[in-house]
Amino acid sequence: MIHPIPPGTRDVLPDEMRELRRLHRAMIDVFESRGFGEVATPAIEYDEVLARGAGRTADSAYRFFDERGDLLALRSDMTVPIARLVASRYANAEPPLRLCYLANAFRAVRPQRGQMREFAQAGVELIGAPAPAGTVEVVEVLEATLDAVGLDRAVIGLGDADLYRQLLSEFGIEGEARDAVLGRLAAHDLVGLEVELSELDGIGDEQAATCVALSQLRGGREVLDEARAMGGSVVERATARIGETFEALEERGVADRVQIDLGLLRDLGYYSGAILEVYDPALGHVLGGGGRYDELLKRFGVDLPAAGFALYLERVHVAQMEESSGGEGS
Amino acid sequence: MSVEVAGMGHAKSEGPLKLAVPRGALLGETLDALDAIGVDTSEARGDSRSLVFETPGLTLVTMRPSDVPTYVEAGAADVGITGKDVLLEQADRVVYELLDLGYGRCRMVLAGRKGDERLGESERRLGMMRIATKYPRIAERHFEATGRQVEVIEVKGSIELAPLIGLADGIVDLVATGRTLEENDLEVREEILECTARFVANRVAHKLRAAEVDEMTAKLREGLAR
Repeated sequence: MIHPIPPGTRDVLPDEMRELRRLHRAMIDVFESRGFGEVATPAIEYDEVLARGAGRTADSAYRFFDERGDLLALRSDMTVPIARLVASRYANAEPPLRLCYLANAFRAVRPQRGQMREFAQAGVELIGAPAPAGTVEVVEVLEATLDAVGLDRAVIGLGDADLYRQLLSEFGIEGEARDAVLGRLAAHDLVGLEVELSELDGIGDEQAATCVALSQLRGGREVLDEARAMGGSVVERATARIGETFEALEERGVADRVQIDLGLLRDLGYYSGAILEVYDPALGHVLGGGGRYDELLKRFGVDLPAAGFALYLERVHVAQMEESSGGEGS
Repeated sequence: MSVEVAGMGHAKSEGPLKLAVPRGALLGETLDALDAIGVDTSEARGDSRSLVFETPGLTLVTMRPSDVPTYVEAGAADVGITGKDVLLEQADRVVYELLDLGYGRCRMVLAGRKGDERLGESERRLGMMRIATKYPRIAERHFEATGRQVEVIEVKGSIELAPLIGLADGIVDLVATGRTLEENDLEVREEILECTARFVANRVAHKLRAAEVDEMTAKLREGLAR
């Protein structure tokens, strides 16, 4: 008899589980070897605690009442629960704190898309280490992790979370109009972006063109010069932030697989400063991402800068299989 | 850490870029646009039953326009060309929309039978219009945005049939010349939006094959300007 399970969830059988377990171990070994201690937090938390971290962005997809009538929620990532944990359990600890995890998180799915409601993430959070040194350490751990799981062709995109918000403010675009433009940028809809910008009052053609062109700049150090040539103090500051991080990565010898990307835009509400995204040429989807969230801990009453990353375990597994089978059409 | 968690796509990045080419109404002008940027489309123009055509520098993969976002999102094709109508109907597919190619221009419209007041009457007396369409999400969004209630009936085949034999009060469909509407005694009641062909790219290909994708975008843009 077939007893159904909800769409977007799945069982794992021994052959796959063995491989996943090897992957777990390889990743956690890298994290631990670099001083990141593994933690676990409850899958369900009080909704108001998670909402405190989520800021303006989407709430938890799954919420329910417990027997006392309190509103609970399933976590949608690990960064917010770890921020909560740090504020409660390590409030007086000497920073920086190095924590890592391998845990399942839960998100809403759109029907008919083969998306997962429940998925595993492996990642680290480095709390109390400011940019650029903290960012560089996180990137180093990320690279070591990718190497350890055989994804030596993977590329890390490095962008800046504040660039467009600040750029649009500089152009005098605020409120709903700014959200509409950011929405087009986040959806990667360049055609719509040009239309949206052209319909805005008070923004010149040149400014609109700058906004579109910036979002397409990605590559090596040279893109920072190209961006700077477009002018403006916001671009200057953002490129300076990225440049500083990139130089620090170069000094540590880990900049080779980092692609500077001024088009990066992460959709979670807590990012500020450097943001990261991970790609592998064998997979058409993003493997994971992360970045700085210097303002998040403040929402929990601890004023510490922080950065981290998370990789989707199942996607890393697929990429690993594709890479190891190698070559075209395999 | 990202909100979007889609299914797994298996892609290979070796060899030339793979371009998803729409069959059907957009095919001719798409091949013309490719000719204009120096792609050899002679094989694809033949009456070959093949679906994949290797040219120097670009692999052409032909498919239904509505499949293009699926292949490109998964990375099975690195870049693709399809109509804005398809992209809007599948708005949850994550692809980069890089360029409006300008051709394949057509309108998404609400149409009803000529001289027939059923659309208005259903709305007034029943509080709800019945709309047949192949574009249920575009239709739903349009009526929601204009504050009207509709029952959207999704059909796959000749949409013009639905109001003729009473399945629906009207239709939401794509119109190029308007001849099909005319032949079936239907008329445009409302314009919803205008659609053209768009150049799209896979999210990872846009990052990892940036130079090739940018070069192709630039060439297509130049080709349009000529």
